[in-house]
Amino acid sequence: MIINHPLLGPRDSQEFTYLGDASLIDRPDWQAPDAVDQFHDYLYLRDNPAGEHRELWFHEQGDRSWLVVTRNVVTHEILNVELASDVARSRGRSK
Amino acid sequence: MPEHRLKALTPLAQARPVITTVGRITIAENPDVALASLAQRRGREADFTQRAEALLGFALPAPGHAVQGGDWGAIWTGPGQWFLEAPFASHEDIAAMVKNAVTDAGSVTEQTDAWVRFDVTGRNATEMFERLSAIDIHRMQAGQATRSLIEHLGCYVICREAGSRYSVLGMRSAAASLHHALVQAAEAVA
Amino acid sequence: MTANQMSGEMNAVFTPSDSQGSQKTTVNRLAGGQIDRSRRLRFTFDGKGYLAHPGDTLASALLANGVRLMGRSFKYHRPRGVISSGSEEPNALVELRSGARREPNTRATVIEMFDGLEATSQNRWPSLSFDAMGVNDLLSPFFAAGFYYKTFMWPKAFWEKLYEPIIRRAAGLGSLSMEADPDAYDKGFLHCDLLVVGAGPSGLAAALTAGRSGARVILADEDFRLGGRLNAETLAVGDQSGADWAAATVAELASMPNVRLMTRTTIIGAFDHGIYGALERVSDHLAVTPKGKVRQTLWRIYSKRALVCAGAIERPIAFVNNDRPGIMMAGALRAYANRWAATPGHRVAVFTNNDDGLRTVADLRAKGVQIAAVIDSRPDAPALSGVEHLRGAMVIDAKGRLGLSSIVVRTASGDTRTIPCDALGVSGGWNPNVGLTCHHRSRPVWNDGIAAFVPGNDLPAGMTVAGAAVGHLTTAAALRTGAEGAAAALADIGHSAALPDLPRAEDDAPRLTPLWYVPHKKGRAWVDPQNDVTVKDVKLAHQEGYRSVEHLKRYTTLGMATDQGKTSNVTGLAVMAAMTGQTIQQTGTTIYRPPYTPVPIAAFAGRSAKEDFRPKRLTPSHKWATEQGAVFVEVGMWMRAQWFPKPGETTWRQSVDREVLATRGSVGICDVTTLGKIDVQGTDAAEFLNRIYANPFAKLGVGKVRYGIMLREDGMVMDDGTAARLAEDHFVVTTTTANAVGVYRHMEYCRQCLWPDMDVQLISTTEAWAQFSVAGPNARKLLQKIVDQDISNEALPYMGCAEVTVMGGLRARIFRISFSGELAYEIAVPTRYGDGLIRAMADAAKEFGGVVYGTEALGVMRIEKGHAAGNELNGTTTALNLGMAGMVNKKKDAIGSTLSEREGLNQPDALNLVGFRPVSKDALMSAGSHFINAGAEANAANDQGYMTSVAWSPNLGHYVGLGFLKNGANRKGERLRAVCPVKDLETEVEVVSAHFIDPEGERLRA
Repeated sequence: MIINHPLLGPRDSQEFTYLGDASLIDRPDWQAPDAVDQFHDYLYLRDNPAGEHRELWFHEQGDRSWLVVTRNVVTHEILNVELASDVARSRGRSK
Repeated sequence: MPEHRLKALTPLAQARPVITTVGRITIAENPDVALASLAQRRGREADFTQRAEALLGFALPAPGHAVQGGDWGAIWTGPGQWFLEAPFASHEDIAAMVKNAVTDAGSVTEQTDAWVRFDVTGRNATEMFERLSAIDIHRMQAGQATRSLIEHLGCYVICREAGSRYSVLGMRSAAASLHHALVQAAEAVA
Repeated sequence: MTANQMSGEMNAVFTPSDSQGSQKTTVNRLAGGQIDRSRRLRFTFDGKGYLAHPGDTLASALLANGVRLMGRSFKYHRPRGVISSGSEEPNALVELRSGARREPNTRATVIEMFDGLEATSQNRWPSLSFDAMGVNDLLSPFFAAGFYYKTFMWPKAFWEKLYEPIIRRAAGLGSLSMEADPDAYDKGFLHCDLLVVGAGPSGLAAALTAGRSGARVILADEDFRLGGRLNAETLAVGDQSGADWAAATVAELASMPNVRLMTRTTIIGAFDHGIYGALERVSDHLAVTPKGKVRQTLWRIYSKRALVCAGAIERPIAFVNNDRPGIMMAGALRAYANRWAATPGHRVAVFTNNDDGLRTVADLRAKGVQIAAVIDSRPDAPALSGVEHLRGAMVIDAKGRLGLSSIVVRTASGDTRTIPCDALGVSGGWNPNVGLTCHHRSRPVWNDGIAAFVPGNDLPAGMTVAGAAVGHLTTAAALRTGAEGAAAALADIGHSAALPDLPRAEDDAPRLTPLWYVPHKKGRAWVDPQNDVTVKDVKLAHQEGYRSVEHLKRYTTLGMATDQGKTSNVTGLAVMAAMTGQTIQQTGTTIYRPPYTPVPIAAFAGRSAKEDFRPKRLTPSHKWATEQGAVFVEVGMWMRAQWFPKPGETTWRQSVDREVLATRGSVGICDVTTLGKIDVQGTDAAEFLNRIYANPFAKLGVGKVRYGIMLREDGMVMDDGTAARLAEDHFVVTTTTANAVGVYRHMEYCRQCLWPDMDVQLISTTEAWAQFSVAGPNARKLLQKIVDQDISNEALPYMGCAEVTVMGGLRARIFRISFSGELAYEIAVPTRYGDGLIRAMADAAKEFGGVVYGTEALGVMRIEKGHAAGNELNGTTTALNLGMAGMVNKKKDAIGSTLSEREGLNQPDALNLVGFRPVSKDALMSAGSHFINAGAEANAANDQGYMTSVAWSPNLGHYVGLGFLKNGANRKGERLRAVCPVKDLETEVEVVSAHFIDPEGERLRA
């Protein structure tokens, strides 16, 4: 597999490690009244689409960027690759 | 640096750097370079850039690149992060020197002894790298630098002169294994 | 060509000095061919010596030497000869070379001849011509499709002990040498704009088009001579022979710096995103791999586009006894004659259902080979003159057990005729070589025009197909589609390529009337000769209800041999289709998977074999430790000193006990460089650590160190370690050796994905510093001889850290932390000085009777002290389990703190980490034991917990253990059974505090 790194161009997937669903970025608020339930859902409930999937990949042997890779898990086509920090900010995460 | 009573060993655990020639390829261990990582602090980017350039005398390189000028060299290593290199003899305390220059606009970490550096020269060095790394070595121009897998290890490859002169930075503790891998690849194309 | 010319040829080859006293005649060597007759090569087959020329394959050389019988079949041990001239060969499998380099199941058709080659036939005993296991052939009624399943079903216990060994002895292929492979293998990486797979007419035209345009091109072909069928045919290309045009084109391509020609290189698979696997046989054509060189290289090719020009594979027509040695593909017959100047016989018949088979007739006649008859199944075939052309006839049987002697033909009028011949060429048409196009599960589609499958429409991204591989079976179409295919592929990536002026070539599509098998009531007609699958087996499978092709394949084993059914699959499908009344398209195909041809496992391993399986990480004291005779242990990639034996010590326990006692009694030094060290800087560094660790870090003072535990988000403990605050905005975090990589990854994840605007910068410094633990009551005295500054209890109290200098001015860091429970420090210097420092400290320690200790003593002391390590931080334990629930601060956000509150993790009978000692002082304890209440039965329902770590304590004189026990914190003094069924060990143990040594921690603070 080849992941088109937004800063470094096409790189072999051997340089990366995989974490999982990019929804892990949306970490719940620890002070919410139902925080335990929210964290449970956040950690354990996943969609399993036969198609496009947004995933977190870490360029461990490269520049150590976390990336959000949008990948069709049926065809293996990679549709988009973004820096996870950009995605996180766009989803309202800051400090 | 003040005098002290400890002797240094090279990453290959020798008193002097190991230089291996296989066919037309020379693999030279180079412990004479001091290294520090430099990372920019959030919200201090302009100040950081100005101070770093004042120290180096050139602009910090873009992703995938390395720059050399005077005593200093800089290698892009990640978003907002670079390695700075300078001669060890005059810059052994490189981290303190860089920190003094960038002050609290940047974070500096000594990296000199975290890495083994092998300088690889030879007209067919590209053939050797084809057997070591997925980097498109034939398309690599002088001033390009990237990190990729060599011998299962994340290594920086810096192109000093396209086709014939490269530096490899690998984890210091694995210096012997990395050297063995380089020599074997050189033998395969000798 | 006449018989005289042939004998003249033999005279040219053989001078009296050649014979060396043995009779060697290349009786079946013809004139011409692309072999170098100026040089002779010697080889042996089954111990008998023969001669060959450079350019020969083992198969061509054997045929030239009159050898038709080359092997025995898998199941029935039927005598077999070569049937093809390429990598699709199912029959002629031999063991190549001898000793450690012996390679079983090697196809004689692709073994390039070298001087001294040794080959042996396989699956026969005692000899190829008389094989005792040939009795299987007589028992064939018992060995039909599914025989394994039917015959060897019951009783189950008989399978391993009785049936399988018998089957393995009776059926099978070559055997391994069972010696270590003496050769080296490489892996490599290549990049190109266009990968051209196959160097026949379409591949050469494609490479020429792309090469002249300046694109980066890789042209790979499994053969050692590029040109594909051009080298096997006599058809002209322009004003030249096809072979000459190929050679001229290859010469031009070789002169282009942007074109890489890869001969002896098989593209074995199409992988995601334009990546192709390629196996280059670098040294297989040499007697011995040259020193420093590799036998094979497995290349990973990154292509922007790929053009598959893999040609077509001729298919047989099944008839009774069609596996006799001497019966082969018609195209292979003329390939041997034209390219290798070899023929399996001098009186040859041809059986065809198409015009292409007739080319063999013409080419063999031109070489002076006598044509016994042409059996053409088409009543309306174009009539040939000068030979007996039996139109509307079929071959119904073949005679000659060890080699063909005659065929039986049923003519159009229904008469039966026996025709003597020593070889038969069979052509059932050509199957486009679609394998690579199907590696992403594309299914080929049926083309009625050529009665064959052609590539489907959903090919792997970036792949297109040209020439015979897509069903263009003429030379002109191959050239044209190759050139056009290359230009189109390059246009797709924005690179323009002009079409070259292509030479004229034949453009007559061969006409064909499909014939898959000759109907028969008796006898066996082979479809898959390697796995011994007959037409009858396919029919039987159908009768027994196997309707899916995938089931057919597995039940009959059709296409499951080393050749993966390259010559047999389509024929099998056709037989199946005839049974079901479906079309072949409806019947469908099985899935083609990589690798295209067999790849040695060693090639997949490459250099990562034996002692180079993975890189080794050496500690800064490694050289010194080696000089001391240390015993090393692998910890991940690290080689760590496990203990340092002294003269007179005969067991490891003696060394370890001495190291522990000396440390606790005086002072011990240990290399702890392997612990992960992560530099954390930035204005938000303290807050960042506050969220990474479960316990608070924000208020840690500069110059102080704190122990911390990191949780996973699910509340389990991920790792533990210390963080030292070197400045307001600068920390150094330590991790366990095992989790260094994972913790760093996790911290980057938190920084980039969860809190992207925090001002935090991370980098590993593990390798930058050589770090040593110095522990024991004399630790300070020893270190004061090394460190230039005051390190008294006042200057550097427990859990303090400082930047100091050592040995007269070298910059260093010192941390007053302890893993052993003793007064202890960790001292760090730049790694290059680590060797110097260990020598200086080991010298200084002599005065105190101190030691350097290894990981075993380290482990003993941490167990004595009750410190958790990897056995306790095993991914299933919480802070509460570890007795550190109080550290999880509820007043801040930290990874894992929310879910650590889950009800299920906080039950009253939760496991607690406690200590254990044997009730009887001499008794043994074992990690992995489970605790059972006294008097209770040892079963899972009564499980009370488990022992995680056990060591012999030389300080206490008995074993000490750590373990997790239900509600253990409140069970001190209780006696339990520690049961280890694996070791058949049971010990009565008492629950005690985990802190066996200095429970009040007075030594630490001394």
